[in-house]
Amino acid sequence: MAEKRKGFITKINSNMVTASFDAFVIQNEVAYILHGEERLKAEVIRVRANTVEMQVFESTTGLRVGDEVEFTEELLSVELGPGLLGQIFDGLQNPLPQLAEKCGFFLKRGVYLNALAEDKEWEFNPLVKTGDKIRPGERIGFVPEKIFRHYIMTPFAPQGISEIIKISSAGKYTLKQPVARIKNQDGNESDVFMSQIWPVKIPIQAYSEKLKPFQPLVTKMRLIDSLFPVALGGTYCVPGPFGAGKTVLQQLTSRHAQVDVVIIAACGERAGEVVETLKTFPELIDPRTNRPLIDRTVIICNTSSMPVAARESSVYTAVTIAEYYRQMGLSVLLLADSTSRWAQAMREMSGRLEEIPGEEAFPAYLESRIASFYERSGVVRLYDGSIGSITIGGAISPAGGNFEEPVTQATLKVVGAFHGLSRERSDARRYPAIDPLISWSKYKSFIDEKQEERGHEILRKSHEVAQMMKVIGEEGISLADYNNYLKGEFFDFVYLQQDAFDIVDEATTEERQKYVFNFIYNILEIDFSFAGKEEALHFFQALRQFFRGWNSCAWNSEEFKKAENEILLLLHPVK
Amino acid sequence: MQKTYTNIIHIAGDVITVEATGIGYSEIAQVVFRRGISLAQVIRIDGKKVSLQIFAGSKGVSTGDKVRFLGHSMRTSSGENLLGRIFNGSGLPLDKGPELFDNMIDIAVPSVNPAKRIIPRKMIHTGLPMIDVFNSLVESQKLPIFSIAGEPYNELMARLAIQAKVDIIILGGIGLKYDDYLFFRDTLEEHGALSRSVLFIHTASDPVVECLLVPDISLAVAEQFALGGKRVLVLLTDMTNFCDALKEISITMEQVPSNRGYPGDLYSQLASRYEKAVDFQGAGSITILSATTMPGDDVTHPVPDNTGYITEGQFYLKNGVIEPFGSLSRLKQQVNGNTRDDHRAIMNTMIQLFASYRETLEKQAMGFQMSVWDKKLLCYGKLFEAKMMSLKVNIPLEKALDQGWEILAECFSPEETGIKKDIIEKYWPKN
Repeated sequence: MAEKRKGFITKINSNMVTASFDAFVIQNEVAYILHGEERLKAEVIRVRANTVEMQVFESTTGLRVGDEVEFTEELLSVELGPGLLGQIFDGLQNPLPQLAEKCGFFLKRGVYLNALAEDKEWEFNPLVKTGDKIRPGERIGFVPEKIFRHYIMTPFAPQGISEIIKISSAGKYTLKQPVARIKNQDGNESDVFMSQIWPVKIPIQAYSEKLKPFQPLVTKMRLIDSLFPVALGGTYCVPGPFGAGKTVLQQLTSRHAQVDVVIIAACGERAGEVVETLKTFPELIDPRTNRPLIDRTVIICNTSSMPVAARESSVYTAVTIAEYYRQMGLSVLLLADSTSRWAQAMREMSGRLEEIPGEEAFPAYLESRIASFYERSGVVRLYDGSIGSITIGGAISPAGGNFEEPVTQATLKVVGAFHGLSRERSDARRYPAIDPLISWSKYKSFIDEKQEERGHEILRKSHEVAQMMKVIGEEGISLADYNNYLKGEFFDFVYLQQDAFDIVDEATTEERQKYVFNFIYNILEIDFSFAGKEEALHFFQALRQFFRGWNSCAWNSEEFKKAENEILLLLHPVK
Repeated sequence: MQKTYTNIIHIAGDVITVEATGIGYSEIAQVVFRRGISLAQVIRIDGKKVSLQIFAGSKGVSTGDKVRFLGHSMRTSSGENLLGRIFNGSGLPLDKGPELFDNMIDIAVPSVNPAKRIIPRKMIHTGLPMIDVFNSLVESQKLPIFSIAGEPYNELMARLAIQAKVDIIILGGIGLKYDDYLFFRDTLEEHGALSRSVLFIHTASDPVVECLLVPDISLAVAEQFALGGKRVLVLLTDMTNFCDALKEISITMEQVPSNRGYPGDLYSQLASRYEKAVDFQGAGSITILSATTMPGDDVTHPVPDNTGYITEGQFYLKNGVIEPFGSLSRLKQQVNGNTRDDHRAIMNTMIQLFASYRETLEKQAMGFQMSVWDKKLLCYGKLFEAKMMSLKVNIPLEKALDQGWEILAECFSPEETGIKKDIIEKYWPKN
């Protein structure tokens, strides 16, 4: 191996370090800064004549001009293989629990551990035989991992068709032992291991075609599934001011969404929230698999007080791991909370690079970076015909809660659904605080289209009447308008709002949503004949109370039917 | 190893640039000039040019003055000896006690590994229904008080500090008015809490840049106590001054400002301080209460806005009361499920009704006819304001919940509240 290329620090500005170099450098390659005993990871982000500018993934306290830099020739990469599920990594794929064992309470800088345990043995089962021709990313075997068959695939790098010249028999192997040997078209041979390394900023494209998202993703959140659905392989964004419930919404989605794997990218947010996921998921059982939720979850956690450059890379780390599971024909949901912090990390670095700033000092390439991130979602048909998908849901924290800001606007251009949270709704404790009047979705819901449209319509109508009442007063509007107002409020209260702290109400299955929506649709269609507004108000208040009770009865239980009958009884005389 | 340099080549704002070699990033230096000795910190190195922010301000610094680099980053003394003591923003004694040098620690330590945190579970009882019932305060929470200048946020903080039963109180005063400093000191003393407190005081008349150290010193000292198993409450007032000092430095350093002149990394800067709030697995905890004044009562101003995204909720102090809308404790769900089974029902219902009351008030102000329902809401709102919202109320949680039921029963019939039947049957006052 050639001697390592070296350089020396010439300039330090917070987490941006400039260095001289002797031979050549590669854009985006990883470099290490040698400071005493420590080796600090950095990434090359700009080359200028004979100096190179790098973002350092650690605190730069104590670094000096003249400290040595070592270039590695590798782009920033992650290790993909069995053992990812249930793990919690930082933005550079350092396993945090192992780090805690080694360093205690604090994140010591310059300590990097292997993402996957080297010495753990996995039960390998071959799926191919010698002489088989395979394409990049095709399955050559599997190991059982938690809830799945974890397929072992050939390297994803595009290299044409290869031939298997050796394949290991079934048995236990570690990640360091080759399980196959392949020969590519040029006659070059290489070993295949159970894990592989992939650069995070380059999408994995080892599939035969990308399809249009066609199937709804069930989140068990009524407001989303029924009115603003998300498709498997689609994208959506959740912007909202602080305190409107973005994070609770994302947490509920990560628990209840009907997908195979959930990747949570906690990007520049509170550590406390990650801890909650971390400590509760091992105890919560996923009804689809009867295994703890943590078994289908990977957490990438680069919280707000962790180094900012690693925050920028954490969303790429997350989406690369998502792509890896998609290659196994699974449906993956990636939740990024929050993409604004990721954009801010780019802004900080752009400022230090003294680039000409765009709007609100965000860099000019903000839009294209956001677009290319969301474009890594999608439904794909793999070479063997199976279907895998990545759905991306990004939370956005717009400054001042104003959706006109650059990150929200750039995101809205590329996503398929928009769940806008509003402060008015959260102040009125109407959760989830997704505002039905501003949100939209381009995907199809499992609710009958006519009924869904009626739902939207009554909400609009109700809002109009409410606005009118503010100007001309309750006495100024007709009873018919008042009824519409009450119907909209009723629909909002008993269907759109969901109590996240009630074990039954927090998640509603597709079946129940269809049933209840239909039930409510019939109520909305009734032409009520009340004697006056007072009576109308009373009726809907009573109806609301019965419905709330109904919402917390388990589906099709005795109580459920009893509550339903009570409601029918209440409806009977007015019908 | 200490190195002294004398060739200061650039002075602008509170930043000086000196030619030096072998200096570490973030290193601390002493600048000796005609007004005395000031600490300074390295904030940029470009070849031989080392830029430092000078905490006492650059007024009176001459190009020939000495800069002595200390070879380490900012440190402070820590431990039991600090209790009962008062220091300035650089950690020098303000009281008559001696300067301390024991258990010196770096004030900028790496962040806590999330895997070593635990889910906060312990409620802090404050005796204020607006907090205990509606937005419970939880140990290890980070919570700012949003208010405009002139609101009694310092009084509220002092009261919470005394009523919360914590082991140690650390006060970080940032741009504090001198009489507010005396108020804190006297209040703590009056309630016998001064002996378990440490005060780091930067007053409004001190050089602005010096306040940048206050949150770090306060939290570093707090962290040492917490690692020793103590439950620590840190009060920081007022964080808006801290942000303004950051703004000043970044503009001097010719950084591209992002929003209203504040630096692009304001979020990260605030987060690295607030995230020190922690409940350590197997040790103590740090709870942070801070004051954030909102210029022009504008919650979308960059300082409260960025703060709100970092902290676990906020108390919104307006017109002398904690406003139910806009106030939020994100951790309340961790604790309010294990208090009394009507806690959440009371919390949600009373706030929803209070929102309706506010709407009715608007209608009334516009001269619309008041319906029977409106009149009920008006009656409710008045009672709520007097018996729940007022800061004069000081009752334990259970009593506050009972009082909530009484207010509801006085104004409404059970089904008008929308509360689930089983809870109504259990708690609705019988007479």
